[in-house]
Amino acid sequence: MSDNPTGITPVAKKNNSRPSKKIKMQVGPTDKVISAVIYVLFSLFAFICVYPFYSIIINTISANDLSAKGEIAFWPRGIHFQNYVDVFKIPGLWNAFVISLGRTVIGTLLTVGASAFLGFMFAQEDMWGKKFWYRFTIITMFFNAGIIPWYLTMRSLHLTDNFLAYILPSIVAPFFIILVKTFVESTPKELQQAASIDGAGIITIFYKVILPISKPILATVAIFSAVNQWNSFQDTLLLVTDSKLYSLQFILYNYINQASSLSTMVNLQNAGSTAMASLATKQTTTSIRMTVTIIVVAPILLVYPIFQRFFVKGIIIGAVKG
Amino acid sequence: MRSHSMRSNSIRKFLYISPFMALLAVFSYYPLYGWVYAFFDYMPPIPLSKAPFVGFKWFHSLVENQVKVDQLVQVIKNTFGISGLSILFSWLPMIFAIFLTEIKAVRFRKFIQTVTTLPNFISWVLVYSLAFSMFSSEGVVNGFLTQMGLIDSPVLFLQSSDHVWISMWFWITWKSLGWSAILYIAAIMGIDESLYEAAYVDGATRMQVIRHVVLPSMLPTYFVLLMLQIASFLNNGLEQYFVFQNAFNKDTIQVLDLYVYNLAMGGGSYSVSVAISMLKSLISVALLFSVNGLSKLLRGEGIV
Repeated sequence: MSDNPTGITPVAKKNNSRPSKKIKMQVGPTDKVISAVIYVLFSLFAFICVYPFYSIIINTISANDLSAKGEIAFWPRGIHFQNYVDVFKIPGLWNAFVISLGRTVIGTLLTVGASAFLGFMFAQEDMWGKKFWYRFTIITMFFNAGIIPWYLTMRSLHLTDNFLAYILPSIVAPFFIILVKTFVESTPKELQQAASIDGAGIITIFYKVILPISKPILATVAIFSAVNQWNSFQDTLLLVTDSKLYSLQFILYNYINQASSLSTMVNLQNAGSTAMASLATKQTTTSIRMTVTIIVVAPILLVYPIFQRFFVKGIIIGAVKG
Repeated sequence: MRSHSMRSNSIRKFLYISPFMALLAVFSYYPLYGWVYAFFDYMPPIPLSKAPFVGFKWFHSLVENQVKVDQLVQVIKNTFGISGLSILFSWLPMIFAIFLTEIKAVRFRKFIQTVTTLPNFISWVLVYSLAFSMFSSEGVVNGFLTQMGLIDSPVLFLQSSDHVWISMWFWITWKSLGWSAILYIAAIMGIDESLYEAAYVDGATRMQVIRHVVLPSMLPTYFVLLMLQIASFLNNGLEQYFVFQNAFNKDTIQVLDLYVYNLAMGGGSYSVSVAISMLKSLISVALLFSVNGLSKLLRGEGIV
């Protein structure tokens, strides 16, 4: 996998570049113009994709008074890290961080475990009602009762203001099950047969044979699931009123909409320790919003470059065969 | 004897997965029972068992007076407008993929691919936060424009009700274009080399190769994705529109999903919103099956 940084399937790697080396294609002046246009347009789009992240990062580490006036556009000026120190002092932010981290870790572990097991089981030929149960699972991707019936169900199960609401509904994830099932079906049947002849039960086969060879696909599932958990906002919005269960996404949303009092609060809190906060480090509403944004997006920005090739590959496997 | 043990073995396998099937039953199938709320006069906190049965009253109420009809028509217009724009530009990821693979400089190509898929992995709340930092009255863009002396007072990009459909489409595209292109890139990589060679031997130019070799190979993928998109025409999702909604753009941003949410959570009208979401689910399933049937008819295979 590591020798395949584009994340394109191995078949694709062989003809990654066009076979133009063997037979020279005619390069006319129009081709050059097309090339130039392609380069410009793609560079522009890449810039639009990256600039918002970059802009917020340099604004959070620049002097807050310059940043508030909109003077930080391309380079940070008056670099300081006071914003991050101050923002973590906001009551509730640490708690939200722990909630988000907790649901991401626990949710991901359970989802990966369940997807691996169910994907493996649905690849078994001889399960009672296999076809029915597989459809029973997959249909939920296309059909749901709607958001309000879902909310009413969660309420009647006492899953409002309950941490379990973040975890339980996401354990059985049809798309991930398809990914694992497809993968298991593509492995040689002899592996499982040999283990079975040696007297291994279905659980042993799953644990000793399938899990070790499924690592690439499970890494894909894990990263998707973790991103989903970390990004999740709707469940907090619908089900949670207790501020102890707020996730970082929810806190960020609140801060964007009602941050005016926050900066006053933070500045008051700091008034004692740093008698006169200089203009450069004095919190503004903008500085707080931007700093929290970076705290929420940072985990994604950090894991993204490492795992990009995994999930690109994963989506291709799922899409082509699923 | 042997067949008996095989049967008990196959049932045991089911028992292993039964707890997970129970989870699905509870979280995906049991909510369907919630549809009965659409037929009762449900007013929280009075329990459903004490609520009077009202039959199709709520369904009638959707069309009973001009104000409500106008509101619903506007919501449907918004849903159709935003979904319609997405479908109108559904070829963009394909074109994106075609021209991306035309780039010969490997590093540049990989850089573009990496960078443009990044927005797909952040939440709508974060997208909104980025949008806010860029386009609010005290945002970077307004700051920049003021600095340059191009404007005197900030442009209210986010509070405006004009062009909401287009700006929503812009954010969807910004978030998902690079990612959606990946499937097409996979399809391009799978094209048989001999097709290219034949085209080159025939003296085809670059655009001719794209038109006669690459594009036809991608159309099956395109049609599958297009049909899936049509099938989920009514499902815009809640999150994007919820975070971007404000007092100024409310009328033009309310898609069905947001409308249902606002009715129930904002207005407490559970029964009406269940009625709408029930209709929406039924129409969506009907759409899915029609599109699936159409796909079978046209291409000989279904999409689901």
